[in-house]
Amino acid sequence: MNCNEFVELVTEFLDGALPEDDERRFIEHLAECSGCETYLDQFRQTIATTGELTPDGISADARQQLLSAFRDWQRE
Amino acid sequence: MAGARELPPDEVLVQRLRDGDEETFALVLDTWSGSMLRLAMSFVSTRDSAQEAVQDTWLAVIKGIGDFEGRSSLKTWVYRILVNTAKARGTKESRTVPFTSLLPEEEGPTVDADRFRAPGEPYAGHWAVGQKPQPWHIPEDHVLRGEVREVIAEAIDELPPRLRTVITLRDVAGYGSEEVCDLLEISPGNQRVLLHRARALLRRKLEKYLSGAHDVAGGRGRA
Repeated sequence: MNCNEFVELVTEFLDGALPEDDERRFIEHLAECSGCETYLDQFRQTIATTGELTPDGISADARQQLLSAFRDWQRE
Repeated sequence: MAGARELPPDEVLVQRLRDGDEETFALVLDTWSGSMLRLAMSFVSTRDSAQEAVQDTWLAVIKGIGDFEGRSSLKTWVYRILVNTAKARGTKESRTVPFTSLLPEEEGPTVDADRFRAPGEPYAGHWAVGQKPQPWHIPEDHVLRGEVREVIAEAIDELPPRLRTVITLRDVAGYGSEEVCDLLEISPGNQRVLLHRARALLRRKLEKYLSGAHDVAGGRGRA
């Protein structure tokens, strides 16, 4: 497997969606190519950092409105 | 921060919501609204419109929790309502994000072809000299880590809508590929192409950031 092929298969590999043959070639390449080992590692770090995002929530106003809507609905 | 994601199991959540436990409602509201907002942005044209889609979704959740049958997870149920709500708003704003097939710009290599040895050269297709990815050090310092997250957040906002939608669901909200295919009605293959492309773009941004800005802060003793 070439490096330019390897870099396109990373997501499929991480999803466990590579056909058996390709997965074997992927791992063989990984074992002998430090550049691609780093690439895979960076991909994982990117995914992990993306997972740490705590996006802005809704506005304080909207939050208050929803909380009172919840309260009112439950009371009915 | 990680604690914000730790919610009780669905049965407990659903029961408490049905019992009118406001604290539980505030908890799910605060935990999910952020990624819901990001997701809604993929379907509508303004932030205000996305806000409203999220609000409408929560109102529908409040009214519908009694009918929730638990066939999917609570979060999936909420997200499905959101996607439908946001899609309907987007259609009204004549902004639709069709997912049926890939666009030409979504195909092709995700790493610049210049970084590999050209066809015909020895070791064609392998990393070219000086182009091999260099190991990163994502700082442990929480302020700097915050900066790295900021780079990612900005990069996500700049992604084309389809890429943003898929990565928001998979990597921000933590859905599996099957759920995302269901939610967006796309094939597993297309879902993966979009996700891979989005991740590769984010990795590239991080690579640029970490090889530039942080040589100054973290480069002591390296040169």
